Order: sequence, then C-alpha cells, then structure tokens
Amino acid sequence: MSMLKLPAHASTGERIWHYTYLVICGLIFLFLIAPILIVIPLSFNAEPYFTFTQKMLSLDPDGYSLRWYDRILTFGMTAPEAIRDSNWWRDVWENASWIKAAKNSIIIGIASTILATALGTLAALGLSRPEMPFRRLIMGVLISPMIVPLIITATGLFFFYSSTGLAHTYVGIIMAHATLGIPFVIITVTATLVGFDHSLTRAAQNLGATPITVFRQIIMPLILPGVISGALFAFVTSFDEVVVVLFVADFDQQTIPRQMWNGIREQISPTILSVATILVIFSILLLTTVELLRRRSERLRGLSPG
Amino acid sequence: MKTHLLVVSAISVALAGGAQAATEITVMSWGGAYAKSQVEAYHKPWMAATGNTVNSVDADNPATPIKAQVEAGNVSIDVADVEYSDAIRLCDEGLLEEIDTSALPAAPDGTPAADDFIEGALTDCAVANIVWSTVYAYDTTKFEGNAPSTIADFFDLEGFPGKRGLRKSAKANLEMALMADGVSPDEVYDMLESDEGVERALAKLDTIKDEVVWWEAGAQPPQLLADGEVAMSTAYNGRIFNAAIGEGQPFEIVWDGQILDFDLFVVPKGAPNVEAAMDFISFATGTEPLAAQASWISYGPARKSSADLVGLFNDGKTEMAPHMPTAPENMQVALVNNFEFWADRDTEISERFNAWLNN
Amino acid sequence: MSTVASDTSPSLPVDSGPITAADGTPLHVALQRATRKARIRAFLLVAPLLAFVILTFVAPIGQMLWRSVENDSFSANMPALTAWFKANEAVQPGAGLDSDGLPGEDAFAALAADLAGARENRTAGVVGTRVNYDLSGSRSLFTKSARRANRLEAPYKAALLDVDEDWGNPELWGVMRRSSSTYSAGFYLAALDMQYDAQGNVESVPDNRRIYVPLFVRTLWLSALISVLCLVLAYPIAHLLARLPLRYSNILMIFVLLPFWTSLLVRTTSWMVLMQSQGVVNDLLVAMGIVSDDGRIQMMYNQIGTLIAMTHILLPFMVLPLYSVMKTIPHDYVRAARSLGATPSTAFWKVYFPQTVPGIGAGVLLVFILAVGYYITPALVGGSSGQLISNLIAFHMQKSLNWSLAAALASLLLFGVILLYWLYDRLIGIDNMKFG
Repeated sequence: MSMLKLPAHASTGERIWHYTYLVICGLIFLFLIAPILIVIPLSFNAEPYFTFTQKMLSLDPDGYSLRWYDRILTFGMTAPEAIRDSNWWRDVWENASWIKAAKNSIIIGIASTILATALGTLAALGLSRPEMPFRRLIMGVLISPMIVPLIITATGLFFFYSSTGLAHTYVGIIMAHATLGIPFVIITVTATLVGFDHSLTRAAQNLGATPITVFRQIIMPLILPGVISGALFAFVTSFDEVVVVLFVADFDQQTIPRQMWNGIREQISPTILSVATILVIFSILLLTTVELLRRRSERLRGLSPG
Repeated sequence: MKTHLLVVSAISVALAGGAQAATEITVMSWGGAYAKSQVEAYHKPWMAATGNTVNSVDADNPATPIKAQVEAGNVSIDVADVEYSDAIRLCDEGLLEEIDTSALPAAPDGTPAADDFIEGALTDCAVANIVWSTVYAYDTTKFEGNAPSTIADFFDLEGFPGKRGLRKSAKANLEMALMADGVSPDEVYDMLESDEGVERALAKLDTIKDEVVWWEAGAQPPQLLADGEVAMSTAYNGRIFNAAIGEGQPFEIVWDGQILDFDLFVVPKGAPNVEAAMDFISFATGTEPLAAQASWISYGPARKSSADLVGLFNDGKTEMAPHMPTAPENMQVALVNNFEFWADRDTEISERFNAWLNN
Repeated sequence: MSTVASDTSPSLPVDSGPITAADGTPLHVALQRATRKARIRAFLLVAPLLAFVILTFVAPIGQMLWRSVENDSFSANMPALTAWFKANEAVQPGAGLDSDGLPGEDAFAALAADLAGARENRTAGVVGTRVNYDLSGSRSLFTKSARRANRLEAPYKAALLDVDEDWGNPELWGVMRRSSSTYSAGFYLAALDMQYDAQGNVESVPDNRRIYVPLFVRTLWLSALISVLCLVLAYPIAHLLARLPLRYSNILMIFVLLPFWTSLLVRTTSWMVLMQSQGVVNDLLVAMGIVSDDGRIQMMYNQIGTLIAMTHILLPFMVLPLYSVMKTIPHDYVRAARSLGATPSTAFWKVYFPQTVPGIGAGVLLVFILAVGYYITPALVGGSSGQLISNLIAFHMQKSLNWSLAAALASLLLFGVILLYWLYDRLIGIDNMKFG
C-alpha cells in the first residue's frame, strides 16, 4: 500500500504509526469482506461440515464436491433418485423447495419493484420541485418504512391484512415489499435531481416543447441512472426481506430468505452455503451495475471527472 | 353432521374415483425425520388412494400457527399434528373442529376404533397417531468411559462437562429438572401446582443455565450434537433414533426420566377443506398406516392393533421394539405428560419461564 | 424549504416590471394563482405514492396502535358479568360489597351464567387468558370452573367458592372489573413491567418477573455499544478511503459496498459458520494453539454473537456517511496546522476531528436507529442473552399470542424510533441520506 505517501521528513514514530494504521485498516477490510467470501469455498465441501476439512486444506480434489449445489435442486422433489431425464427436470421445476422459493422471490421481487419504482419516481419528481408543499413532512412519511423496524411493520401488516383478507396473498406481500422499497427509489431519484435547474424545463416549454417531450428529452436521461439503481435497491430489499414474509405469507409464498430461515434453524447443511454463494455472486453483479450507473450519473451531472 | 360429511366424502371418493376433482390439503407437522415418516406412511398412500394431494408444511410447534390463524381468521391449515395438552387447550378455546371418532375405521379383527386406540388417544377434537417421548441424548465421543445414565447426570456439569441443549419452553424442562432434583415422577405435577415447585425447578435449571443452547425446532438437537455445539441435549426420541441408527451418528439416548406424550391430529376451525381433512385423519390413523410409520421413526403407534405389525426399521435390519419409548426397559423411570396440567397452566408457567430466561 | 412564495411562476417573464400580467390581472394575483397551480401539480405527482404508503404502512401501524389499547376478549365472552360491572360501577373494593369484601350473589349468578355460556361456546380459555395477563394463575381457574359450569346451582356464590376458593380473591374481582372494559392502558403497564395492585394502584411487578424494561435497557445498551464499535472500525477506513486517490478508493469501496448489497441472511449464516464451536474461527484458534480443543470459545448463541454479527452488518451504514463528510475536508488544514508546529495528534484532534463530527453524528444515529429494531440476526445467533426487544415482540405475536401486549411493546419501540428519526432529520436531514 504505497498509495498513501508519507512526507519525506516523517519521523520514525510517524512511520511506525503510519504502517500500523495501514495494517489496522487492512484488518478492518478483512473483517468486512472475509465473512462474505468464506462461504464460497465452504460451499464446495464434500463433507457435511461448516469448516475446512484436512482434505480441503491440502487442496485434494476429493475434499471438494458439488453435492450441496445438487441438493438445491433435489431438496423437496418427489423423486430425487429418478433418472435425470426431462421428467426429473420437470419434478425439479415443480417441486424442489428452493426452486419454488426462487420463483416466488422473483415474482414478488419484480412486481414490487415495478410498483415501487413507478410510484416512487413520480413522487420524487414532485418532491424535487421547489414549490412542493409540506415537503419535509411528506418526505419523512415516505422514507419512514426504511427506518421503522421491520418487526413493527410486520406486526401492523399482520393485523391489517387479517382484517382485510390480504393475508396469505401475493398481492399483500407485493404491496408490503413495494412500501419497503419506495424509500430507496425516492432517495436515489431525488439525488439525481439535486442541483437540477428547473428553468431548463421552463425554457423548453417556452420554446414549444410539450410536457411529454420535456420529460423524455430532459428529465428522463437525467434521472434514469437513479431510477435504475433505485429499482435495483427496491428489488434487493424485496429479495432479502424475511420478517414480513414470516408474518403475513402462507406456505405457498415461501421466498428464498424464508427458505434460508427454515434451513438455518432446521436442516442445517452446507446447502445453505451453496445458496449463500449464489446470492453473493448475485450481489456482486448488482453492486457492479449500481456502481457503473452511479458513475454515469455523476458524469452526466458534471459532479465528477468520471 | 361430521359423520355425514365423512360418509359423503368416503362415498364420493369410492364412486367417482379419479373423476372427482382432486383436493389439495395442507398438513402441518414438526418437520425433519418425523414429517418424513408421515409423508411416507400417511400422505403418499392417501394420495394414491384418493387422488388428492397433500401439501406438507412444517412448524416448530404446529399448535401456535393454528391459534394465530384461527384468531386472525386466515386459516390455511387443514390438518395439524399437535401435542396432547395443546390439543385439549385448543379444543377448550374453540379453535378446533370436532371430530366424530365413532366414524374411525375398526381394527382388521373388527375391534371398534374406540377400543383399538390406547387409552386417552381419542378426544373431542383430536385423534392420536403416535406415542413419543422427550428424552436426553449425548454424544458418545465426548463421554468415553464415563457415560451419563440418569436424568440427574444431565444437570451435573462437573461430572459431565459440556454444553447442554434444551427446548426453549417450560414444558418438559421443569419436569426433568424436578426429577433430577430427586422428586419421584408421580409427585412431579403435584409439586408444580405450587409456585414453590416451579421455583424449585427453575432453581435447578439455574445450575446449568449458563451452559444451555436453546433449541426450538425438533430437527435442531441432532444438528447441535452433530456440529459439536452441545455435548448433550434433550430431544424427541425419534429424532435421535434416526440420527443414530439412520445416519450412524454417535448418539446415545438416556431413557431415565423420559416424558411420554401423544401427538394428535386436529383440524383447525374453519379449515379450507374440512371434509378431505377428516378423510385424511381417518385414513392415516388406520391400523396399517400407523404401523407403517413406525418403520420410519421410533415412535409408538396409537392403535393396539398396529403394534403387532411393527417390525423392522427401513434399513431392513434394526428391530424397532427396543427403541420405542414404551419398551418396558425404557419405562423404568418415566413420566407421562399430564396434559390437563399443561392445558390449564401452560400460559402462566410460560410467562414465568420467560421472565426467568430473560433475567 | 419554504421559499415557495418568493418563487416566480414558470409562465411569466421575470423582471419585466409591469404591475399587471399579460392578460391584465394584477401581477401578484397572477403570481399567486400560478404558484398555487404549481404547488398542486407538484402535490399531484406525490399523491398516488402518499395514498399507497398511507394504505400499506400508516394505516396498518395505526391499527396496531389501536390494538395496544383495545381488547374485548372479556367483554365479548362474559356479557352478564360485564353488564353487572357496568351497572355497579360504584361498587369498588371497600365500598358496597358484602362483609367478606366480595360482590354479592347477583354478581356470582352473572359469573355462573357466563361460565356456562363460555363452556357452551368454548371461550373459557380465551377469557381466562385475558384475565391471566393481569393476574397470573387465573387461566386455569376459568377453564376448570367452566368445565363444571353446568353442575352449578344457586346459591352461586357458595357454589363457585366451593369449586375454587380463588373466586373469593378480591384482587381477582378487581382484575375482572378492569378486564371487562374493552379499552385499557393495561398492556402498556405490562410492557413497562408494571401492574395494578389490589387497590387499583399502579405498582412495579416483583423483580423476578420483570422482563420488558430490562430488555429495553439491554436493547439500548447493545445498540449503543454496536454504534460505538461501528464508529471505531469505520473511522480509520473512511479516513483512508477519503484520502486515497479515487482509482484506489473506488476499489477499496467494494469492500464496504459488497456487504451492504449482500443478503442479511447470507451474512448472518456466514457468522454462524465462522463462530460455531466447530467453526472456522475456533478451528483457527485451536490450530494456532491459542485455545485448547476442549476450551473452544463460545461466540454464538449469546450476546457476543449478536454484537459481532450486528456490528459487521451495520458497519457500512457508518462508513458511508463518514466517508462523504471526510471527502469534503481539505487536507491542507491539517498540513497547515502541522507546519505551524502542531504535533500529529494535536493536528488530528483539534483540526481534523471536529470537522468530521457531522459525519459521526449521522453515522452513529443511523446505526443506532437501525440496531434498536433488529430481529433476524439476534434471533439466529443471540441465544437467550442476546435477544433484543424485537424478538420479544415476535414471541408475543407468534408464540404466546398476546397480541395486545405485542402491539404495546411495538408502539413503545416505534415511539422511540420516531423520536430518533425526528432527531436525525433535525440534525442531518433525511434528504442527505445516500447509498453507494
């Protein structure tokens, strides 16, 4: 780490402190990242343990296997031992617990993301107008689902959904997840509009542009990175949410985190680690997308050299 | 009324056969090896016989979601497998459909169901399927040469060091604590009637509290033992049997101070498919399915006529009889769960237990 | 914020100076009209979302608050006795009672009738559970008596006292009277480890039954500790990230952002894997000879587990606000201080540190707010000593089914969080919340 330069006149004490500081930082970064990466090698364990076996440490290929990934497919199947033909795959598609959970997660995730992004973007446009009345109060209410503990939201939804028939329905969960994703959409979209010169739209209108043209030509390109990263945040929020699902979902609506919750408490096997590995790779992809978008947005607005 | 429904459903199944629109019922049980035994012995044959499907779901204790669902008015469970005291309590609170036990099939030799089921197995709202017990088990590799053998040993941290696993509830723990403290099984419930008795049990639990890992789902104790997180743990006897005999884990059960209980099938009030649920219960608690279940896990069938049919474990070589909680040699110091005591006092004692747990 | 009035209308030329607008209306009227229109237009954009959030978030929480004071288990299932309590409101302990301090035969007759009804409708357990909340040990009294209700005969007072002498407990009658009213603050009292005594005065529950106040204290204490730990860990790396050239800091930033984007359950699972007795950390310590194989450290299923896992999970929420503040601090100030003779530590504490205080405030407050409501992580790694208040709310929602108490506890937690949220908005402003 020679990226940080020490002044030439630094004393020995300063030098020692400087390198100690870098070591401390390195350890903290290790603390941040190690727990996430550790699950990746462990998920290839050939044994049903959560720690490195002797064979794994000596890099013996026998110490590694894909059995826990296979288990993601076979767990919950009606006939996991059958020959792996098209019928077997149909069985996987229809009955495997993790596959069912993944389907639910994706359905609920996408639907709630669309809902949150559409409503959130519209609202962010209103909120970023200087003439918006009660802006602070309304903003406070709209951001609060992110701040209020999930257990409280889930408790409230349990009572509310029980009395309105929305409990145990996809619609109920989608609405709840959309609510939880909305703050992220609002925050990311309003961030792209910070410093936006509203006289631009006025100028365009004075030059004869229709409101739709103004939106498509001026506002849309500007907020698009924010909308997409807001949507990704909303999707991840839904994709990772388990408390509301625990409280208001039925057995038909098990999602991946719900299945993980079961798995961690009951059939604890490295299967959970292989699922975790897939999710880590998924989050790496998401992070990359969001980072690229953020840089693009900053470049567009001239906030950073890019 | 219920008989009528049962008969109608039985007839319609018999007449229409596959032509009848298939119903999907949701059966909630305790997960793990136990749920698997039920799927193999009850669900699959019933699905084959009726063309209906069973959606098998798990809970730490199915009695709690039933109560939550009925009180909130979103019932999605058709059949649930619950402990005796919970069956009585839920029935007392009007949360269960009544079951007409006279409609249950007779034994193959013609003995009516009422006589074929062992005493207490049939109630207004529930039909028992198994007899099981809470025992404690230890990891034999941790106690070579000096193995624990009595319930008192579980509470002896000096003689038998290591973490302990206990179910996160008052039930069974208090009884075991008193038995370990020298109270004879037939005096346990009298003693727990008084606050002093409860405090005495908690004081005994206090002696190991710092070393306890609490579990909630029945699948956890074998897992905690296998992971080395605990040296010994209370558990449902069948789970330990399946881990030890079925998977070859080095676990040994200590039967001293075991607590016997029934598991019963119930139908939550307002279940979506009451008719099919009743039909399922009637089928599953028949002589043969009950006997078949005992070849998947070491729980005793609730019908006398099933006992003779119980043979080998599904590995084809292990004799089931000595692994049953009711085997005479396992019953030397045993306590039969007093369901009336727990039906009446569970709420109050749980409250006290939680205060103790969190302090 | 409130610059609305001074804003010019979009359709009017600025600084044109005339008193009237193009259509002849006075300028200030035209301006006002245009401003109102703009305000309405802005509001209409927000309205659909606001309506949605009110429906799916505000209303449910409102209903929960309602639940915390409303419970009709007693009044709905014990109509005769409830009516008797209403009709005899003046009859308080000590006044208008029989010589034995108990209500008279008519009250016991109402009780007997209700018990018979409860037996018929299978509601004795429900009523008993309600009374039991305030007087532990009374649930069994109701179920037992209801089971014998059809054998009761007048005089009912003697008959019921014969079934169980607890019916002669004046405290029980006080509790039943309070339970018979549908609305009560009783669940808030319970949530604060308080109860009514026999005279109807509020008192603390005995020490060995206190649960909630110690748990609130533990939640606040652990959250504070986690905030401090996060600050201690986040400060050096945020400082490093802020000072490094962008191309390096962007790479290191991934270390902070990846955890942020990784599923909470994945991170919790990872910690379980690491911290088990037979897990990676203990294996490593044993291999290095730091602990013996029998002396493996218990890091999970206790407070330490909750503390470590939550610190890791919340750390990015501390790094990001600190980083964004530190990035704006020019390094020149510290250099200037140094060249004026300040020691490195003086330069840091007197010049650099004060400028980072806004970031510290934002980070600590955010982490603290998020920590007090945590549920999943403590539930999985916390054992019994690492449980937080949310876990007890979940317990009462899902296990004990004392929903009113759960709602009261949740309301108290909500109140605390809103207070912190308001503070955050005052000090930092929710507009300044950013991710990534």
